[in-house]
Formats: sequence, C-alpha cells, structure tokens
Amino acid sequence: MQKTYYDPADLKKFGKISDWNQELGDKFFEYYGKVFEEGALTAREKSLIALAVAHTEQCPYCIDAYTKDGLQRGVTKEEMMEAIHVGAAIKGGATLVHGVQMMNKVNKLDG
Amino acid sequence: MATKSLHKRESDLANSNRQLEILSNGIFQNGELPTFKNKIAESNQFPLKAKKLEILQINVGYMCNQVCDHCHVDAGPDRKEIMTRDTMRQCLEVIKNTGAHTLDLTGGAPEMNPDFRWFVEEAAKAGIKDFIVRSNLTIIRANKKYYDLPEFFKKHNVHVVSSMPHWTRGKTDKQRGDGVFDASIKALQVLNAVGYGMPESSLKLDLVYNPSGAFLPGDQATMEKDFKKALKEDFNIHFHNLFAITNLPISRFLDYLIASENYEDYMYALVEAYNPTAVANVMCTNTLSVSWDGYLYDCDFNQMLELPVNSKVKHISEYDESLLEGRNIVISQHCYGCTAGAGSSCQGSVA
Repeated sequence: MQKTYYDPADLKKFGKISDWNQELGDKFFEYYGKVFEEGALTAREKSLIALAVAHTEQCPYCIDAYTKDGLQRGVTKEEMMEAIHVGAAIKGGATLVHGVQMMNKVNKLDG
Repeated sequence: MATKSLHKRESDLANSNRQLEILSNGIFQNGELPTFKNKIAESNQFPLKAKKLEILQINVGYMCNQVCDHCHVDAGPDRKEIMTRDTMRQCLEVIKNTGAHTLDLTGGAPEMNPDFRWFVEEAAKAGIKDFIVRSNLTIIRANKKYYDLPEFFKKHNVHVVSSMPHWTRGKTDKQRGDGVFDASIKALQVLNAVGYGMPESSLKLDLVYNPSGAFLPGDQATMEKDFKKALKEDFNIHFHNLFAITNLPISRFLDYLIASENYEDYMYALVEAYNPTAVANVMCTNTLSVSWDGYLYDCDFNQMLELPVNSKVKHISEYDESLLEGRNIVISQHCYGCTAGAGSSCQGSVA
C-alpha cells in the first residue's frame, strides 16, 4: 500500500476510472475532450483557464498536466503566473466578500 | 548555459555508443516501454524501408557560433569537423545527377565553412527545385563578413530555414544563449528587407520551432499562427511557414534530460504519443544525410549517433541512388521523436 495520498504515476491511470463504470467514464472523457476543443475560446485560452482552476482546486495532477500543456502551446511562465493570480484573486475575493455577510450579522445582532 | 560542446568537455555523452546504450537499457530493456522496433512491428511497419530519394541533406560541418542547450549535433565554436572542398566536389557530382528535388545544407552553422559560398554557387547551378540552407540567423549578424548573406541567398534563390524557439526574448535566450533573440530579430528584419518571407514573395523564409524543455511541440498550425501574430505585432516581421520539430533524445538534449531527471518521463511521453501514421511518412524514408567527411546516413540524427546506412554504398564517392533505395533504415529508440503526435522531420510535421 502506498504511503502517500498522491502518486504522480497515477495521472497516467486516469482513464482507468472507466473500468468500474464504462458508460459514465466514457461520457465524461468524451465531454472532457469536447470542452477543450477550439471553440469561441482558443485551446490556448482554455489551457490557461484550466491551469488557474487546477490551482484553485489544488489538484496536483491537473497542475502537472496543464503546466506541460501550456508549455507545449508556447504559453510563457509570465502568462502562467498571471493566470494563477486570477485564480488566487477570485479565491481571495470569494473569502472576503463573505465578510459582508459577517458584517450584516454583526450589525443585526450587535449593531 | 553551457559554452562548450560535450566533446570539448569530454562528457560521457560525447560518445555515441554511450548514448545508444542509454537508449537501449533501463525502461526499454526491462520491458516497461516497447523498443521502437517492436512498436513499429505492431503495425507491420518493420523493417522501415527507404523509398525514392527526395531530399539530400548535407552537413557541411559541426562548427557553430552558438552552443544551444539542445543541439543534437553538439555543435559549437570548438568543433573543428568541416567539409573540405574535395568532399564538396564529390557532393556536387551527386547533386548534378540526383533525382532528389530538395537539397538541404545544414551544420553547425553552414555559413562558417570557408567554402560555403563556393559550394552554394556551384550547387545552385545544378538547378535543383528547392535549395535549403539552415541558418541559425545570428550568424548573419555575428561578423561584418556575414552581413551580406541575405543578398547572397537571394542571388542564388536559396530557401532559408531558421531556428526560432519562441517569439519572446526570455524563452529564446534560455535555450540558445544571451543576445540570440535580439540578433535573430535583427537578422529576420534584414531578410525581410531583401524580400525574404514577405507575403507573396518567392524568396522563402521558414522558421523552425523546437520546444525549450522536456515537452513535445504543440500543434504546428496553431503555433504558426501565434508566431506570426506576435512577430508581426512586436517587430513587423514576416515569414512563410513554421516547422514544429520534436527534440530527439540524443546528444545535448539527452544530457539535459538525464541531468534534469526528465529522461524517463520524456521517453514515456514520446511512446504514448506514438502515431503509426507518422511512421509511414517519417523523413528517413525519403532523405539521405551526408556527413562533413562524406559518409551516408538515414538522417542527421543517425549521423550524430554514428549509425551509417545499411547499404553497400557507404560514402558519397560511391553514391548510387538505385542501390540505396529500398535499404532498411537503421533505428533505435531515438526514432520515437519523429513519430510522436503529428510526427516530426526537418520539414516539420508529417502526419
């Protein structure tokens, strides 16, 4: 039994999730592939969005995958870092905007 | 980055046998990954056979003004292997009689060969359809004696193919050395000024992109679009086509892969991206590579690994196209580099 929760080699086995439910697995991967195709957004833009979300979701597999994917698409490290800051800003903003809820509650209970 | 070749540094990997050992041992010996031979056999493509010759690629020497991180030639200012005029004369005899439609001069920096201009002048007289010179761009700005190269290329209707790893300074200089980006931009502007690469111009200027690290190139057409947009917007530079080329795991790139602990992952990536369609069009089936000393190889990579053609004909002096056609191509695991994804060749994607 492995002693850590994450093993980089497991990323290569992602497709195996279909082994235990072929139909849903197939549907997911078909959807996944479709999402990343060139559309109203370029595949390059989608790759940067995926990289930012990979960080906000803190998914090490996705971070590995979309860093490499970005490099293959000619994305620079400056663009990658900016994308991550977008993710971080939304994460931070999402925390802080709830401060209004706290303030509302304080004002109601102790205003 | 390194300033000396692996040969000058007397690195273990300057030895081609050592490179071939690495490529045959480990993950390929213990069966974790299939050998290239077994992989192409799965789709009944072994042995890989040479078809009719289309491209004659001549390496006129390993000397170069740059020491790029990933150079498969291990080229640099310290390399002294240079084709002599005698060997060039033997090549000219072949060029005059070959059925190949493309003549492709490479190096090192081919322009640094003291007989380069003589050779181009003589070869141009043969009237071959497509006459390529692979120029690293910076050579054009390296010394005043090279400043007129764009005019010289134009005079002989040479098709210029140049390396350009990225449209940004940071990524380019990281791979090819400080100052390479600015010198390359200047060289491209000079080439554009004489008509090279301009829309509708018959003076062909193509760029070669190869990744700056341990990853595969993206889609060639998309990369071309991104390169064109950025170079036009930032520097008003034009070029015709972009060739996306995969780094093959030999020489300095192999050294880099091992030192950065990326070797196994990179080989996995190449094998996973294996594309049998690319095998059918792989460049060794229509190309012949000639080394600075006149020996024949299936490709420039095999030349660097010192894997000569599997034919009675071994040297340009005994050249016979009919004997070379149908020969079995010499392969090893580095060949996975040419069959990954959309495939890779000196002319870009093949599938």
